[in-house]
Amino acid sequence: MTEQTIDPVTLAVLKGRLEQIADEMDATLFRSAFNPIIAEAHDASHGLYDAATGETLVQGKSGLPIFVGVMSFAVKAVIDKVARDGGLRDGDVYIFNDPYDGGTHLSDFKLVRPYFRDGTVFCYLASVGHWHDVGGNVPGNYNPVATESFQEGMLIPPVKLFEAGTLRQDIVDIVMANSRLPGSLYGDLNGQINALGLGERRLDALLDEYGDGTVLSALDGLRKRAARLMAASIGELPDGTYSCDDWLDNDGITDDPLKIALDLTVAGERMTLDFSRSADACAGPVNIARSTAVASCYVALKHIFADVPANAGVMEPIEIIIPEGSLLGVGAPKPVGGYTETILRIIDVMFGAMAQAAPNMVNGCAYGTINALSMAGHRKDGRRWVLFSFFGGGHGGHPEGDGLNHGNAPISTATIPPLEILEAAYPVMFTQWALRADSGGPGRHRGGLGAIYEIELLEEQADVFLFGERGKYPPAGVIGGGTGALNRFSFEQDDGSHEPALVSKAGNISIRKGQKVRLETPGGGGYGTAFERDPQAVARDIRLDFVTPQRAAGDYGVAIDGAGQVREAETATLRKAKTT
Amino acid sequence: MTDQSRWIVGVDVGGTFTDVFFLDLETGRYETAKAPSVPADQSQGFLAGIRMQLDDFADIATIVHGTTVGTNSLLERDGAKTGIIATRGFRDVLEMRRRDRPQTWGLWGQFEPVVPRDMRLEVDERTLADGDVRTPVDLDEVMAAALQLREKGAESICIAFINSYANDANERAALDAVRAVWPNEHVDASSQILPEIREFERISTATLNAYLRPKVGHYLERLETLLREGGFGGQVLIVQSNGGLVSLDHAKQVPVRTALSGPAAGVIAAEHIAASAEIENIITCDMGGTSFDVSLIANGSSALAAQTEIDFGLVVRTPMIEITTIGAGGGSIASVDRGGLLQVGPESAGSDPGPVCYGLGNRRPTVTDANVVLGRINAERPIGGGRKRLDVEAAKAAILAEVGSPLGLDLMAAADAILRVANANMAGAIRLVSIERGHDPRKFFSMPFGGGGALHACALIRDIGLAGAIVPRFPGINSALGCAMADMRHDFVQTVNGVLGDTDLRALGGRMNGLAQEGREMLEATHVTFDEVACVFAFDMCYQGQTHTVDVPLDALVQGNKIELNETNVRIAYENRYRQAYGRPLIGLPERILNLRVSVIGKRPSFDLSLLAPTGGETDAALGTRTVWAGDDWQKTSVYERLALPVGTIVPGPAILEQSDATIFIEPDMAGTVDRLGNLIIRSDDNAHAD
Repeated sequence: MTEQTIDPVTLAVLKGRLEQIADEMDATLFRSAFNPIIAEAHDASHGLYDAATGETLVQGKSGLPIFVGVMSFAVKAVIDKVARDGGLRDGDVYIFNDPYDGGTHLSDFKLVRPYFRDGTVFCYLASVGHWHDVGGNVPGNYNPVATESFQEGMLIPPVKLFEAGTLRQDIVDIVMANSRLPGSLYGDLNGQINALGLGERRLDALLDEYGDGTVLSALDGLRKRAARLMAASIGELPDGTYSCDDWLDNDGITDDPLKIALDLTVAGERMTLDFSRSADACAGPVNIARSTAVASCYVALKHIFADVPANAGVMEPIEIIIPEGSLLGVGAPKPVGGYTETILRIIDVMFGAMAQAAPNMVNGCAYGTINALSMAGHRKDGRRWVLFSFFGGGHGGHPEGDGLNHGNAPISTATIPPLEILEAAYPVMFTQWALRADSGGPGRHRGGLGAIYEIELLEEQADVFLFGERGKYPPAGVIGGGTGALNRFSFEQDDGSHEPALVSKAGNISIRKGQKVRLETPGGGGYGTAFERDPQAVARDIRLDFVTPQRAAGDYGVAIDGAGQVREAETATLRKAKTT
Repeated sequence: MTDQSRWIVGVDVGGTFTDVFFLDLETGRYETAKAPSVPADQSQGFLAGIRMQLDDFADIATIVHGTTVGTNSLLERDGAKTGIIATRGFRDVLEMRRRDRPQTWGLWGQFEPVVPRDMRLEVDERTLADGDVRTPVDLDEVMAAALQLREKGAESICIAFINSYANDANERAALDAVRAVWPNEHVDASSQILPEIREFERISTATLNAYLRPKVGHYLERLETLLREGGFGGQVLIVQSNGGLVSLDHAKQVPVRTALSGPAAGVIAAEHIAASAEIENIITCDMGGTSFDVSLIANGSSALAAQTEIDFGLVVRTPMIEITTIGAGGGSIASVDRGGLLQVGPESAGSDPGPVCYGLGNRRPTVTDANVVLGRINAERPIGGGRKRLDVEAAKAAILAEVGSPLGLDLMAAADAILRVANANMAGAIRLVSIERGHDPRKFFSMPFGGGGALHACALIRDIGLAGAIVPRFPGINSALGCAMADMRHDFVQTVNGVLGDTDLRALGGRMNGLAQEGREMLEATHVTFDEVACVFAFDMCYQGQTHTVDVPLDALVQGNKIELNETNVRIAYENRYRQAYGRPLIGLPERILNLRVSVIGKRPSFDLSLLAPTGGETDAALGTRTVWAGDDWQKTSVYERLALPVGTIVPGPAILEQSDATIFIEPDMAGTVDRLGNLIIRSDDNAHAD
């Protein structure tokens, strides 16, 4: 295959065609998946990856944002395996979930398929999906007290699921035997296989139509364009070093905070992201592999520079420094099940640092925790049930307005299952599903509101697990904006209401029929100084019970009378007192 | 209605024009009209359009109307002040949505629900998922809440209780209590609008219905009054988003079902035109100023989607004709981004200021500007009226500055590049609706409508490998034509949520037959004449554990208009459908019936499209020649008056066909044939004898 120079119009056309292939692979899996984490929450991703390096060539637009950066490491893991052991054939599909090689956590199963043209690998197709249960100590795999990955679930290294087109049933048998929900796993696995098959057929048609050389040069052109766009975007920022520190509550084992620190340096058209001042690896599951850290930087950059495309070129002008032994670059068997919390914090410090360089391009931090809650027990007939879901919170205030109430995490595009679907499937009854007053960080543009979810158990007994964060360190505001409310979790037992010792993480809580668990999630951080907020907007916030009158006076310097009107004179006095 | 009432009139009110199609049932005579829309009061354009052909409304037997009053009201958020009475603890369902955000990338989303939080009150009541009433509704509290909302200025009200799909007793009791104290009829309960599981989708749909009721109701009443004053004594029927008609009175009760009224009528017309032309597989391509709407008709029928999002967070869940929209219209703006890549759309200049050549202030080149520069649009005879001529020089300058210079292309290459990228975007949308749903686009004809669609028909044939294109005789009034053709239709949905093996199928069948009977009675009450009344039964099913369902048609289980269900025949129907959608069925896993669906369709007497056919070559269709850019050079191109071309004419490309509301471009190496109905069938020369 020889590369040809490609005209700009063909490049634009092929960009759309290639993205469509990846999008279609996403759609196939979403529709046919069995577990709601893929079907509803879209916790999956597909794309095309470089034959030699595994770098991302094209990725679907509807997949989970965090996978956009991490999949190239997964493909690279397979390329390395083949380099070691050889034996790659047309029709092979590798399967694995090793988080140290391929990123994220054990729940994410990757399928990687070489795509052959004329006897050589043209590129790789890959699919990743979050399976409902992969073994380990806790149903749903968010084990808040894991100290080794062995307690989090099975670990499968890259092995062949298909050998030259033939399914190896023994591999399927092994993974199914290691799950509490083998039926769900089997359905998801088939969906991923179908998605890869569809990708191959679509790519065949495209290459036949345009020729391999043209498509190859389009892929190269798209990568160069992404690099150029990113470099140009960095070039527009003022040179300098911008620092931001934030904290994780604890590692789930001991109640000590863990620092996530970033020194972001802009020099011309290059950017360095130095995480050297961050905490060392910890005993509990909030460690992440380096590949995961890199991917989360990528997600933050894509949120800030939204017109930058999803391919490896974006990272060309960027250097990432993560020292040996860091919490952000661990190897086996350090537990990594809670990776979502750590990468959310990386995104937060990226916003915090960028706010100093480009205040008009950022927003207050979002709620910053996925709050993985699982409730599990047995029905009267002995059948096991596992309710597992992630919960929402507020987004940060931003240059154009207040933050979104009850949004999804920046690392995902997940929607929450309807409570009626949860109530129909599991023996629980929600007693509240509401916005949480005073949870949005004060600001010229207020942070969006978090939520309150309260759930009553209808069966005799259940075990409850929560994996969350932001119980001690709230989501930060930017450009003078205030912090959102802290995450709060409580549960009833026979002797009354409790909060977990480790604030945002709790394992093996036993509750009984009629008892409730209650989750109050953080709002987003504010944007700009709260005392500059339009008093009429504050009056409206009070009318809607987004903000209480007490907080209006303290946080915003706005006084409201009994009819909900702004007391102008008193407000002026309050605001003057605060500024002097 | 008197003996003189013999006209059937279809009226589609769009953003810019009100299109009217008139058909004399006795003589077969037809007329068309296009009047400017009056956005502030759609009834004005409506009446003006009819008066262009008929002064005495007593001559009209039936008026069928596709309306955008509901859609516009949602987009502009100018519906009624509405209140919600919710289950205690759940007033925020509408505002919390499904915990989503508007865009994947970028976190600057905002959302204002149509009912603000202080207009949402809570009362004690609770039903469980299995239908047990855990807490009976406190009716005193309900009435107090209604009065409080009334005091706050609410004109309409929605009762939104959790799990009301499983048992509507609490909602019904609350509905009666509110009606007893409410001064008008604008009161809805979520289970009456949509008795389906998923609280946000149900409550959103029902709330939007309450929000639209006063405005749409007022509009329809006023329209009816004005028509009656003009002597009209017949029926007014309204097009729903599902392409079926309901009586005006019914539409006043469920305005949310008319949200995509006009576009649905266009697809209905396409269905009839394709059937008359004996073409089974069609992809409709409606190109407007800002958008390109694509819909698929396979084996003669269009598909229904279960829900749509009118805007971020504004979810309407009622059956509607599946239409995929991308931001590619005549007004789509071409630009080169910082990475050096040419992009066309989704940013649009719309119709005001519109393309550069309109001379209304836009300086950034659009798809229409490229068509003008390439000679495909006649600058001296712009379609739609209004403007005398188009500013070609301004269009050229804009294309050169914004696209030519950054990419190092000369003017013509740059204009051509804009069209190639725009065509690729449109081709992508067509691939999406066909290939992704398992259809081979090579078996499909495109049917362009709207003013500009037929300029791109040949390019799409080439890009996608379509079988050809069929340009209807009146592409600019397709939706008005569809109004005149549509059938009446009532859809019912109810959540079942039971495992196939454990469900009492005899009782379920009885419920479905009962709904069918209810639908028949609703049709009979309208006094419209039908050729036939048909019932369509279906389930939404999945394997236990899946959350996405497939629609399972149960036609094979109907005997003498009644459905007969048993475990085996339902399972076979499900497995057949599953195989078609995803491949191998998962034998042995329990199957779940989530919802039942019943549709009752009153088929109106169909009218013969040959009425619209050209009557003969009485006038000369040839308008001369002009040069048009095609391939990579200027080519001498014949220009024709499209409507004057007689049946059987073959027009070889390159050619331009003009008519008052559309322009058609036939590329070199393609040819168009006027079929017996006056449609223009375009095929590439390689494909000319394909059938």
